[in-house]
Amino acid sequence: MRQLGDGINAKVTWKEITLAGIVTDGGKSKDFETGDWRNSKPVWLAENCKQCLICTAFCPDSSIPVKDKKRVDFEYKHCKGCGICEKVCPFNAIEMKGEEE
Amino acid sequence: MAYNFKEEMNKPERFAGGHRLCAGCGAGVMARNVLRAIDEDDNIAIVNATGCLQAATFSYPYITWEDSWIHSAFENAGATCGGMEAAYRALEKRGKVKEKYKFLAFGGDGGSYDIGFQSLSGAMERNHDMVYICYDNEAYMNTGIQRSSSTSRFTDTTTTPAGSVVPGKPQNKKNLTEIMVAHSIPYVGQTTFLANMKDLNEKTKKAVYTEGPAFLNVLAPCTRGWRYDMADLLDITKAAVETCFWPLFEVENGKYKLTYEPKKKLPIEEYLRPQGRFKHMFKKGNEWMIEEFQKEVDLKWEMLLKKCE
Repeated sequence: MRQLGDGINAKVTWKEITLAGIVTDGGKSKDFETGDWRNSKPVWLAENCKQCLICTAFCPDSSIPVKDKKRVDFEYKHCKGCGICEKVCPFNAIEMKGEEE
Repeated sequence: MAYNFKEEMNKPERFAGGHRLCAGCGAGVMARNVLRAIDEDDNIAIVNATGCLQAATFSYPYITWEDSWIHSAFENAGATCGGMEAAYRALEKRGKVKEKYKFLAFGGDGGSYDIGFQSLSGAMERNHDMVYICYDNEAYMNTGIQRSSSTSRFTDTTTTPAGSVVPGKPQNKKNLTEIMVAHSIPYVGQTTFLANMKDLNEKTKKAVYTEGPAFLNVLAPCTRGWRYDMADLLDITKAAVETCFWPLFEVENGKYKLTYEPKKKLPIEEYLRPQGRFKHMFKKGNEWMIEEFQKEVDLKWEMLLKKCE
């Protein structure tokens, strides 16, 4: 059977898709950009951040990565700019800004 | 082991980005935090009933889930999951599968309260070692906000539009959590999102690591259908808990336990006011709707308190 990752993308024809629509590796949606849905952008103010990680828990788009129990900067490729992280942050360490700023 | 939030957040992500759930969607928050509660060394097999979560997390070939996942029809997530678990047990007995698997089914309120109800009930009764997680957003959001049996009375939906004749949905919300308790299964929990996700995390752990069928009901607000500002997710879930509209409790082997009791029960307006779907209830002359809504919440809350004594 054809394995996913062999170049299946939105442009392949029905003849090239896998049997029964099986996908053989997980997390492939990472390749899909949803960051272009955003019209305001969260900015991390690291100096205010106490690393409580509440923002990470509340992100619907897995866009606040955690490394060694500490959050790192936003992954803008998938962030849709909902603003939940700014709202749940107890320390004003996230600010929503216009996309063009 | 005591709950360690940072330890939990440090686990690898099992629900990738790039799915097409709306910005600020409660279902995404639900899925990420449910999966996070599971031991990172455990394999999971997931069944997903048709719904927002299913449609948005698998547009071929872009799968969001890192674990084994199957899309079942709207009406049979319970049966599909139960069947998988039975097949796994048979193969395990013959030594054909060595890895340990946990079985989860996800369904929205449409797939759980209504269309998949018989399948869910059957799977729970047949004692499969699985967890069914209902993410309740109180209507059929994927198809355009049609009422479900989970929709609260007076809610303005596209099939129960509030106007001068119809006051929104005429019927009360069905209580699926209680119906699942009546199945006499080992574990039933009702939860939603609060700041450090402790309640959701601990209930998921109990549900997954209790042998036999378990059911979790998670209130997962929908910014589009409930018409609140998408950044306000936590305010809405907090209000649902503090007004006792959505009490946090669990039932282990028939024993009720309240996992959180608000210090001061807030009036239901706190929950209703920020939501556009209840806007008509605040018009002059419609005060009776709020009174009726409050009465229903009080009744359910008193009944629950008696059971938890």
